[in-house]
Amino acid sequence: MTTVYVSAMIPAPASTVWGWVRDFNALPRWTPFVADSRIEQNLPSDKVGCIRNFVLKDGGRIREQLLGLSDYEMSCTYSILESPMAVENYIAKLSLTPVTDTNTTFAEWQADFDCPAERERELTQQIGVNVFKAAFDALKLKAGGR
Amino acid sequence: MVRVVQSAVIDAPIDEVWRLLRDFNSHDQWHPAIAESRIEDGHPADMVGAVRSFSLTDGGRLREQLLRLNDRDHELTYCLLEAPLPLYGYVARIKLRPVTETGQTFWQWDSTFTTPKDQQAMLSDLVASGIYLTGMRALEAHLRAPAPRTPAPSFQTEPLARPEPPKQTRSPLQVAPENRSVRLQVYGATPVSGAGSTLTANAIVMDSHGGPEVLQFRQVEVAAPGPGEVRIRQSFVGVNFIDVYCRTGYFDLLKPPGVPGMEAAGTVESVGPGVAHLSPGDRVAYACGPVGAYAACRTMDAELVVPIPDWFSDEIAAAGLLKGVSAGFLLHDVHSVQPGQHLVIHAAAGGVGSLAVQWARAIGAHVIATVSNHDKAQRARQLGAHDVIIGRGAEFVDAVMDITHGKGADVIYDAIGRDSFDGSLAALAIRGHLVSFGQASGPIGEKDIGGLASKSVTLSRPNYGHYTGTRAEMQMQSARLFDALERGYLKIDAPAAYPLADAARAHDDLENSRTTGSIVLKHQKGSTASRIRSPRENTDASFNSR
Repeated sequence: MTTVYVSAMIPAPASTVWGWVRDFNALPRWTPFVADSRIEQNLPSDKVGCIRNFVLKDGGRIREQLLGLSDYEMSCTYSILESPMAVENYIAKLSLTPVTDTNTTFAEWQADFDCPAERERELTQQIGVNVFKAAFDALKLKAGGR
Repeated sequence: MVRVVQSAVIDAPIDEVWRLLRDFNSHDQWHPAIAESRIEDGHPADMVGAVRSFSLTDGGRLREQLLRLNDRDHELTYCLLEAPLPLYGYVARIKLRPVTETGQTFWQWDSTFTTPKDQQAMLSDLVASGIYLTGMRALEAHLRAPAPRTPAPSFQTEPLARPEPPKQTRSPLQVAPENRSVRLQVYGATPVSGAGSTLTANAIVMDSHGGPEVLQFRQVEVAAPGPGEVRIRQSFVGVNFIDVYCRTGYFDLLKPPGVPGMEAAGTVESVGPGVAHLSPGDRVAYACGPVGAYAACRTMDAELVVPIPDWFSDEIAAAGLLKGVSAGFLLHDVHSVQPGQHLVIHAAAGGVGSLAVQWARAIGAHVIATVSNHDKAQRARQLGAHDVIIGRGAEFVDAVMDITHGKGADVIYDAIGRDSFDGSLAALAIRGHLVSFGQASGPIGEKDIGGLASKSVTLSRPNYGHYTGTRAEMQMQSARLFDALERGYLKIDAPAAYPLADAARAHDDLENSRTTGSIVLKHQKGSTASRIRSPRENTDASFNSR
């Protein structure tokens, strides 16, 4: 089992950031790498069990299923059903925590998955930097930060 | 029920922040509201259940109990037992997370409690800002530019006193200077007169590699413990064959001048900052590098120093910790010995061998011991060996095949080396495991590993340091040994004790096989040499160099 963990400070209140990310179908609106997304079978995008089917700007298609959504903890857990990355048992959790001292947001994103040992480094980089960190950077920009 | 949450980002790596926070008694070092704190009943400051009793700078006294401490997730929970304020059912949690992109630390401090309605706003604010936020900022400042706190606790006059350090109180208004270069001061053992200063102690110093005569009895300076270090008053020092290799320079363990030795037991005299698992007055032992054990007092990294149980004497600890831990990981980790397996233990009357025979027998294995003479055969039988073979030549292989009905041994523990290696291979079963952990008869030399395929042999060359190199490993290994000793699985014999000043004679006897069993050096005030038991022979083996 491989774990990738990335965390960052977003210079906006947690409730604001949560408003941007809680919609499971909103990836095209806040991440730089998703071109298009839809929720399968016409389910609401915050219904646990719903599946988002999205296309990356590089053309890859990914299907992910929402496993948990907590407005109280401001967290969202999901698994990958299909992707070009060849990972197995992939479960990720995005969570936000308010930083009361500065009224900003501490954002964490962790993925646990299985993959062939020789691909671990590449996938860790791909997921940690090109996905999680890139998305956090986009949130920071959106928040008017650096 | 009120819930108070404060969170902030601390400009320091998570390990530094956690190192302070996980010490449940550290808050008087960094929190301006806390005047003085101690842990009750001499418990370690990171033990779940430990109670800290502390006074505030305004005079109030509180008691809090540690309920949970999770080093993996960097979280701890505690509750209030007594307070001068109506904070009922107060349970607080501290949680750290790394901010991976900046190397800083996210810190959340929250609690729930109930309180009279009319005081709710006031008390919530007091907790949130007066305790939590103030504490977070103060800890950050403490890490960045800690105010020098002196003196360190003074213990050398009463080394056996339980740990209740007379910590100095400090004004909460004292602000740490904004200067990173000051940082070492808080950790550095401030050389104030009395407490925390250098001590003088008897020791064995070698100025060059060579024969036993290079071991000189002399006085040395023992520095006060720095961060992560401990200073130990040692009553007994273990003498191992590796010390001979260290003395001759065969193993590169010591660049002269220096003090040899890697095993001892005694009492903690003082601890440096950041040491949470030991307190002054604790009885401890260690069996690890770096060298420096041949001394009445020494300062060393606290990481691999373990507390020892009350029933375990210093003398036996110094004689048996290394050998006992070795026997433990050889039988459990290098090879996981199972009931019914056929084991061969060479040099079964020797230090590690004699313990391994007893322990393997307790596990339920069939133990075949080899020894070099009849006296030792007698001894091996007393220790519980099912079969004892004298000699390690062709007759040894035949005997093992006989005992195992032609199958061979499942695992062979071989610290003899050159003279037994080939015989051991021959006596192994198919898919057998040869654990070669020493070379008492001389280096094994080059071997063709191609032949191992004829039986699918597994060959191990375990190195002590690789099984005991971290605090977690050493704690696990020592706990397993103490447990086995307490259950009576094995017994460590009393060693022959030489005065510390006679280290050269001890080495001479060890090298010339004039001893039986273990040897320890005993520190005695006013050293009148004690009587030495009549030494005869030795069959100890030693581990590979680190």
